[in-house]
Amino acid sequence: MSTAVEKPVEELAEATVRFCGDSGDGMQLAGTQFTTTSALVGNDVATFPDFPAEIRAPRGTKAGVSGFQVHFSSQEIYTPGDTVDALVAMNPAAFATNLDDLRDGGILVVNESAFDKKGLDLAGYEGNPIEDVALHQLEQKYKVYKVDMTKMTRDAVKEFGLGVKEADRCRNFFAMGLVFWIYGRPLDPTLRFIETKFGKRPDVANANTAALKAGYNYGETVEAFDTQFLVPKAELAPGTYRSIMGNTALSWGLMTAAKLSEKRLFLGAYPITPASDILHELCKHKNHDIVTFQAEDEIAAMTATIGASFAGAMSVTASSGPGIALKGEAFGLAVIMELPMIVINVQRGGPSTGLPTKTEQSDLYQAMYGRNGECPMPVIAACSPGDCFDVAQEAWRLAVKYMTPVMLMTDGYIANGSEPWKIPDYSTLPKIPITHPGSPTGDDKFQPYTRDEQLARPWALPGTPGLEHRLGGLEKQDGSGNVSYDPMNHQHMIDTRAKKVDDIAEDIPPQEVDGPEEGDLLVVSWGGTYGSCLSATRLARKHGKSVAHAHIRHIHPLPKNLGELLGRYKKVMVPELNSGQLNTILRDKFLVDTIGFNKMQGKPFSVGELVEKISEVTG
Amino acid sequence: MPVDLDLPVLKPADFASDQDVRWCPGCGDYSILAQMKKVMPTLGVPREKIVFISGIGCSSRFPYYMNTYGMHTIHGRAPAVATGLKTVQPDLMVWVITGDGDGLSIGGNHLMHCIRRNMDLNIVLFNNRIYGLTKGQYSPTSPLGKRTKSTPMGAIDNPLHPLSIAIGAEATFVARSIDTNIKHLGYTLQRAAEHKGTSFIEVYQNCNVFNDGAWDYAKDRDTKADTTLTLEHGKPLVFGKEGEKGIRLNGLEPEVVELGNGVTTDDLLFHDEKSPEPSLAYLLSRMRFEDGFPEPIGVFRAVDAPRYDQQVNDQIDQATKDQGPGDLNALYSSGETWTVE
Repeated sequence: MSTAVEKPVEELAEATVRFCGDSGDGMQLAGTQFTTTSALVGNDVATFPDFPAEIRAPRGTKAGVSGFQVHFSSQEIYTPGDTVDALVAMNPAAFATNLDDLRDGGILVVNESAFDKKGLDLAGYEGNPIEDVALHQLEQKYKVYKVDMTKMTRDAVKEFGLGVKEADRCRNFFAMGLVFWIYGRPLDPTLRFIETKFGKRPDVANANTAALKAGYNYGETVEAFDTQFLVPKAELAPGTYRSIMGNTALSWGLMTAAKLSEKRLFLGAYPITPASDILHELCKHKNHDIVTFQAEDEIAAMTATIGASFAGAMSVTASSGPGIALKGEAFGLAVIMELPMIVINVQRGGPSTGLPTKTEQSDLYQAMYGRNGECPMPVIAACSPGDCFDVAQEAWRLAVKYMTPVMLMTDGYIANGSEPWKIPDYSTLPKIPITHPGSPTGDDKFQPYTRDEQLARPWALPGTPGLEHRLGGLEKQDGSGNVSYDPMNHQHMIDTRAKKVDDIAEDIPPQEVDGPEEGDLLVVSWGGTYGSCLSATRLARKHGKSVAHAHIRHIHPLPKNLGELLGRYKKVMVPELNSGQLNTILRDKFLVDTIGFNKMQGKPFSVGELVEKISEVTG
Repeated sequence: MPVDLDLPVLKPADFASDQDVRWCPGCGDYSILAQMKKVMPTLGVPREKIVFISGIGCSSRFPYYMNTYGMHTIHGRAPAVATGLKTVQPDLMVWVITGDGDGLSIGGNHLMHCIRRNMDLNIVLFNNRIYGLTKGQYSPTSPLGKRTKSTPMGAIDNPLHPLSIAIGAEATFVARSIDTNIKHLGYTLQRAAEHKGTSFIEVYQNCNVFNDGAWDYAKDRDTKADTTLTLEHGKPLVFGKEGEKGIRLNGLEPEVVELGNGVTTDDLLFHDEKSPEPSLAYLLSRMRFEDGFPEPIGVFRAVDAPRYDQQVNDQIDQATKDQGPGDLNALYSSGETWTVE
């Protein structure tokens, strides 16, 4: 690397970068590499991949724009950032759809070569927004860098004999190289990545390497780039870290729970965005004694999960809203059979097929109530990518202790987002004890619906002599498990199944708050809005507001102290990416006049909009 | 399933649960239950290793009446439930009990996929050509023109033929029997139990309340010799009271011929249940009484093929051999990591 010109370095506390381009431009790869590198240099990071649902929208159109946002900081952060400090736009469509998020004074890098007649037409421009008067207007607001990436990339990779198409595919590495220079990031991790990923195609590996270095050197050499920015290391708790995505953390959490309970792991799944990566991840680790079953449909995925639970496996199904809807009848069967299993809902925008690649929290009613009959299931939710690892274990702990299916909620934002994750030591994780009844010694007939102190019935496994029994969807007589139409027994069984789930409240930690123990406002959140709500309430307190934040992990049952806690604040606000589902539940349970703050745009809350709302509510 | 010679000797009664059997008096299900209980002790499989799984319908009450492990599940999904169970515990002997409504209508999808995967389990489809539990609507196997509560002007959807469906899905074991032909039924269940892979048995079963006599032509003492044909591996397709008729292939079409006048059994189609090609089995599955053919009973097809449940577990063994047993600490630390002091 040449060090021709020493340029001034400016230190920043944090920065947010977004790469955007056509969905074939490799923007997710650029973002992921930038994330890994930022994490490796010691920043806290949070990411937000945003991509279209279309397999391949017409090239160059607004529908096909794919983006990846990385927030990196010298302090702990909880969101991928509201506004963007540096935006890389690979074509006019990406420019048009992303410019609004660039902050005033931010860095705008545009791939000038894509702003030709065709590109501009596809994006719906009549004139060229980076020429003449329009450019002047842009330059008043942003630091604009027009870079002929196509030409420079082609020049850089010329010697490796790639075709034009393949050469142009290296453009994302050029863009990466440039941004790496702007923020003083090392190239080594990406060079290692290139070697692993393209090792079998030396021409491609060499070309990508050349493009990456060309981008970096361009930043260093060209006078227009007059400052390099540096975000120092964050002060994270000591330990060894890695960057982890939500769906990966969830998969590893499941594998961990299986081992902690000495169980085979069974996953029954049908592919659906954004849950499929759980299936993909678990398939890779068969050597951990994992059975993955890609079923013919969602119903088969769920009912096979029930069969696997009866057989004694740690049994899991993972889907998203539309798939969860199909599984609904089988949830009732799992509940009445009182078998342990985990149902994962990686939520996306609904209703119906809705917004497959966008995030939302609108399946909470479905999780709470979406079954026929009186059919209570515990519901718990992960709050961040890394938290998925812990929530998976908690879900299984509850499922086996109480002999019940458990609904585990995440969302597309958590599933695809990533953050630094402090690598745990397996040997320090709490075991999940499970007992199965053994063969009876006397002549007493096995009673499959006898209950322990948790009201859980015994998990008797096929293959055990003397415990032969039949489960089924028809109401069962408590104790014997025989089919029963007895009116009082039905009432008793409904009450018992409900009490069993309600009693979990005794087994979960009391609700805690971040901030004052009492005050003007309590912000209550669940699921993926954790980071935005935490950041916003902390910011509001810095502005002198008396605001606390309670993030609910266990949604059904709710923590025992929650009602009392809500009463300690003058107002309670519930921000949700739905029309007010937790809000209704809290009002229902506690008769509290909570205030909903709702957004359904396929996007997470920005910290800014929450801070503004907090100001409005607290006056 | 390996035979354990030290097993206590069980009797059919040992397989009866303590539950009252609540089918209508005269229902064909009783006979199938009786034969199942009779076959069970002969299999050399301990009771605790046997699981019966059913969906919804009259037939699907079956597991409650067997003193084995069992699950009475939801409409049409028994094959999928059985798939989860069998992949996790491949040493269990799993029976799926279903009916024409349960298995071919709401559960058609699962039936097809279970069969094409060749899960090692036994599917017994009770075919009475009617919805009994919901009291008399037509089913996917009801004949055209069938008048029922939901088809007062006659059914206009073409019926499905269970064995054609099974063979179309590449079933490795396909058989048909009749509820009242108890010897044949018992033998067929036994053959199914011995088969490695999915065995699919259609049982002509009479619903004496909502569709009485649907199979009379195949059961009636006077007509059954002419309307049914008992398949035997390696034997020519001969039927009739005196064995005077046979099935001959004319090009790709079967035809009924009288033996004699120069036609000998050597001219007839010979049954080969082990043929790797399912075409002849399919042809047999298409022979219908109403088209002037005898309907075959017995084993249409019995071939060996890799089984899903075994392969799932083989892959796990292979992965463990190749990569070593799973090490979670190693997994957590895979890829790029960094340390904060």
